[in-house]
Parts: sequence; C-alpha cells; structure tokens
Amino acid sequence: MADIAEPLNPPSMASKHWDDLSIRLRRGAEFVVIPLLALAISALLFSILLLVLGKSPIEFFQLVERGGFGTAFSLQNTLQRSSPLILTALCVALPARIGLVVIGGEGALVLGGFASAVVAIPLVTGHAPVFLTLCLMAIAGMLIGGIWIGIVGYLRYARGVNETISSLLMTYIGIAIMNFFVEGSLRDLANPNKPSTMPIGDAYMVGPMPGTDVHWGLAAGVVLSVALYILLSRTTFGFAVRVAGGNARAALAQGLPVGKLIVICCAIAGACAGLAGFFEVAAIQGRANASLAAGYGYTGILVAFLARHNPLAIIPVAILFGGIVASGGLIERRMGLPDATVLVLQGLTFVVLLMSETLYGRFKIFQVRGAADRT
Amino acid sequence: MNESAYIIVLVALIGGALRVSTPFMFVALGECLTEKSGRVNLGLEGTLVLGAMTGYAISYNSGSPWLGVLAAGCAGSVLGAMHGYICKLPKVNDIAVGIAMMLFGTGVAFFFGKPYIQPSAPQLTSFSLGAWTGNKEIAQALQINPLLLVGIAVGLAMAWAFANTKWGLIIRMTGDSAPSAKAMGVSVDLVRFLCTTAGGFLAGIGGAFLSLFYPGSWNQGLSSGQGLMAVALVIFARWSPIRCVIAALLFGAAGAIGPALQSVGITQGYYFYNAAPYILTLFIMIASAGSKRAARDVPGELSITK
Repeated sequence: MADIAEPLNPPSMASKHWDDLSIRLRRGAEFVVIPLLALAISALLFSILLLVLGKSPIEFFQLVERGGFGTAFSLQNTLQRSSPLILTALCVALPARIGLVVIGGEGALVLGGFASAVVAIPLVTGHAPVFLTLCLMAIAGMLIGGIWIGIVGYLRYARGVNETISSLLMTYIGIAIMNFFVEGSLRDLANPNKPSTMPIGDAYMVGPMPGTDVHWGLAAGVVLSVALYILLSRTTFGFAVRVAGGNARAALAQGLPVGKLIVICCAIAGACAGLAGFFEVAAIQGRANASLAAGYGYTGILVAFLARHNPLAIIPVAILFGGIVASGGLIERRMGLPDATVLVLQGLTFVVLLMSETLYGRFKIFQVRGAADRT
Repeated sequence: MNESAYIIVLVALIGGALRVSTPFMFVALGECLTEKSGRVNLGLEGTLVLGAMTGYAISYNSGSPWLGVLAAGCAGSVLGAMHGYICKLPKVNDIAVGIAMMLFGTGVAFFFGKPYIQPSAPQLTSFSLGAWTGNKEIAQALQINPLLLVGIAVGLAMAWAFANTKWGLIIRMTGDSAPSAKAMGVSVDLVRFLCTTAGGFLAGIGGAFLSLFYPGSWNQGLSSGQGLMAVALVIFARWSPIRCVIAALLFGAAGAIGPALQSVGITQGYYFYNAAPYILTLFIMIASAGSKRAARDVPGELSITK
C-alpha cells in the first residue's frame, strides 16, 4: 500500500522550486531553439543560392563577421545601426502584443526625424541651449511618431480598418509629406545637391557615449526595451494588454478599455520609431532628407518577429541584423554582389522564420507532462 | 489655366486612368481570386516588383515583350505558390507571410534586376483610342495597351465564372466556410493553393505592364505601393471582379492627377499629388471598412476584416 500512498506526500519546497525552474527553462528553450533553427536554415538556403551564383558562402559569412563584428570599428558601426533597429522593432512588437500587425515603423521614423529637424530650425537660429533644443527635438519626434501610429490604432479600433495595410499606406504618405516640405518651403537653398532641411549644425548634434563612437540612441533603445518589457510583464497595464491581445472579446467582457489600450500601445510604438528618427537626424544625418527612409523600419519588422515580440530579445536580434546591414557595403565591394543581397537574406530569413512557426509544440523534448495548465 | 489647358488635363486624366489602372486591375483581380478562396496575400507588392523585373529581363534577352509578360506571370505564380504552400502549414499566419513575401519578392527582384537597370528592353506595342480626333496630343494621351483589354476581359470572365461554374462555386464555398467545403469532399488547402498561385500569376502580369509599357523601364523605385493599394482596393470593391475593374480605373485617374497637372506646367505640390493615391486609398478603406454592405459581401473565412 505504501507505493500508492507515496505520491500523496507533498514534495519538498526545494524540489518544487527546481521543477518550476526546469519547466520554465524547457518552455523558454523552445522559443530560443526554433528561431535559431530558422536562422540556421535560412543561412543554409542562402549559401546554396550563393553557390548557384558561383560565389563563396564562406567568404560571405566571413565578410559579415569582419564587416559587422570583427574589429572595434565595425562593431561600433554595427551598434550604431542596431539602435534604429531596436526602436523600429519595438514599434512592431508592442502592437503585436495586443494582436495588431503594424508595419508602419518606417513612416513614423521618417516623420519623427523630419519633425525634430523642423523644430530645430527656429531653436538653432535663435541659439537656444543645446540640451533644451535636443529635448524639444526628441519630444517632437516622439509626438509625431506616436500620433502617426496612434492614428493607425484608432482607425483599427473605431472603424475596423486593417492596420497592416493602413500602416504601410501611412508610411508612403509620411514619406510624401516629408518630400513635399523638403523639396518646397523648408528646403535649405544652401545645399543644392540633395533637397534637405536646414542642417542643425555640429554644436547641436548628439554626441557619442563616453568611451565609444556609438551615439546615445543605442542607450535609449536598450533602456526603452527594458522599460517596455517591465511595462508588459510586470504592470496592470501590461496584463490588460496581454489579455486584450489574447482575446479581445473576453477583455471587453471583463470591462477592459480595449480601444484605449490599442491606441496607447500604438502611440507608444510610434513614439519609439519617432525617437529613432530623432537620433537619425540629430546623431547621424544632421538634417532631414530622403536618406531617412533607409529601410530600418522594414528590417525592424523582421527583428521583432525573430524576437517573438519580446522587447528584451529584440536587443540581441537587432545587433545581429545591425551587423548584417553594416557589412552590406563590404560585401558589395569585395564579392561583386548587388546591394540588395542583404534584402534577399532578410526576406529569406523572414519566410523561413514564419514557416518555423508550425514547429511549436512538435518537439517532445520541450513538452512537460502534466504542466499544460501552468504557463 | 485657360480652356484648352482644362481639356489637356482632362484628356491626360482619362489617358492616365487607362494607363495607370492596368497594374492595379491585374493585382486587384489576383487578390480578389485569392481572397474569394478565403486567404489574404499581402505580398502582391513584392510579386508586382518581381514580375516587373522578370518581364523586363526576359523581354530584353529574348526580344519578345509578350514572352516577358508570360515569364512575369510565371514568376508571380512561383511567389504565389510559395505563399499558398507556407500558409497551408498549421499555425502560420497568412498576413505575416504576406509581409515576408513582400520583402522577399522585392529583395529578389532588386538582386537579380541590377544588370537590367541600364539597358532598354523591347516594349509592348499599343494603339491609340484618340487617333480619330486627328489631334496629335490627344492621340498621344489616349495610347492604350492590349493588356488593359485583357485585364477587363479577365475581370468579366472571373465574374461570370464565380456565378456560373462549378469551380466558381467551389472557390466561393471554400472562402465562405471551410468546414462545408470539407464536408463536400473539397480539399480546402488545394483550392486555396491554386487560387493563390493564379492570383500571383495575375499580379506578375501587372508587374510586366509597369516595366514594359508604362512607365516602361525597370528601376528600384518602379512600384511604390501599387500592389498594396490594389489589395486595399479589393475590400472597397467588395470582392466583386467587375467592381475591381471599375475601382482600378478610378485609382488610375487618381494616380494620373500629378503627371496630368505637370503636363500643363503646374509643378507646385508635385509630391502632394504623388501622395494622392495613398490618401485616397486610406479614405476609401476608412469609408468601406465599417460598412454593412462590406460585412455582407466578405468571404466568411477571411482574416483581413476581422
């Protein structure tokens, strides 16, 4: 009879703790292993493509390593580029948590950057204090970016307009608005080569972080990622967002203000992308022009999906893709490949990654028996 | 502006509508077919660009623009087949796959299209609707391409087939209720796969029109959202092929506003007029998304309007 009674004995507290930890680790491992598998498979497929074209895949990945991570210079270049990627990926990840597929980060980045460049014009000509100017520029960028994606969220909730299509349309509209002003009334006539706004001047540029050549945008991206992670996982607001994202109808039945949550999530998301635009203007370009639409918003979509919309996971993924983007020029020169090579790699990775979604729950090793009711 | 300028603008608008609308028409018809079967392919923007590149490259290498059109259709159907196959896998979201295919198609087109930016390929021949007026400007403005007529014919044929054929019924049933299609012994995945592939074929042809007739060259900025707008158009057209054709013509006119005003020397706000089609699309989406009629006509299995 002892063998029947035995399971009734309560497990000791220590072993329960270890069980919990092992369950969480195994569950978590699935979300790490499957995306890594997808990355490996897309690298393999891309290598096959290079072999078919008569290029060496080994050389390609060596160049990515050297151009993106190998030297102190290239690493700093990579980190510089991963800053807008973190911020635009947040622009995708946050709405995704409430069940929206928003892909308009590029437009919010462009308009945010443009807004901060416009705000800078009177301040710079009036010799306003540098710190105040930069703060106002950042606020302008975040505000415009937030409004831009906030509109997408509002249209989704109030009118049922599909947010994926509308956000991408808003990107085209945003770029057209910037071009309209940059080519017209706000054009800096001292710069005949490329239509731009008036430069903000070296004195007003955001400098590098101490001891590096990387501008403060990276720190802002990391801080925001951590802050949004805490917001989503440790606060009532985050809980409400996750409930609404899981089942909007149930959330409404619970009396959650789903519409308000959607608009707030989209506005925060747009503010992140707008901040990326501010840093592109204030730390890299020095003025607003067509170079702002460099495709960071689109790469950010892939980064967010690879990170499974987890703000913390976005940071390493953004650094990886920052490196790939940064090594694009080197690959173009050394291997004679077109500059769209990086685009092909990204597109392929995205397709394979989405195919890998089907693998979740298929591998026994990640499944914990009797733990289905725990999360 | 004097009176003749108004006439020029009007003729340019009509001519522009006839020219600019064709890619919209093909993509919208392709998307209409796909969505009727209950699946959304947001990646048709990528298909359009890849079709444009393939059509141009094949036309340049073979000397036959019509072969280019066919090749563009085939390239489009490859992308459509990829989309159709991937969405068949369990737990895969068709909207996300569409975004991925958009990036993938554009990337592949830019990658292989680089050598074709400089050379000029043989173009599709066209005829003029305005030749009888004897006015050279009007004749020039009303140049139209046989593909426009093909597009209208496809639209009419699709509308007829949806209403009157067995296949049309199968597609509509798959789109409205997968369980009832299954109960009738229809393979839902196969129907959707075929519809997505055929939709990709049509979108690819739309791309060939861009590079082989109007604007008639291949470069990386060739399509800026036409594919996406055409997808939005299908919602506005409430999944009717005939309304897709009409909506495409309307959109063509909106897209022709900028160039038409430019032809009489009004360049002020050129970028604003460039934004006009996007803004129009957005307003049309706002107006049609919540409407009761759209809710009645939408295929039941569609995830885009939920």
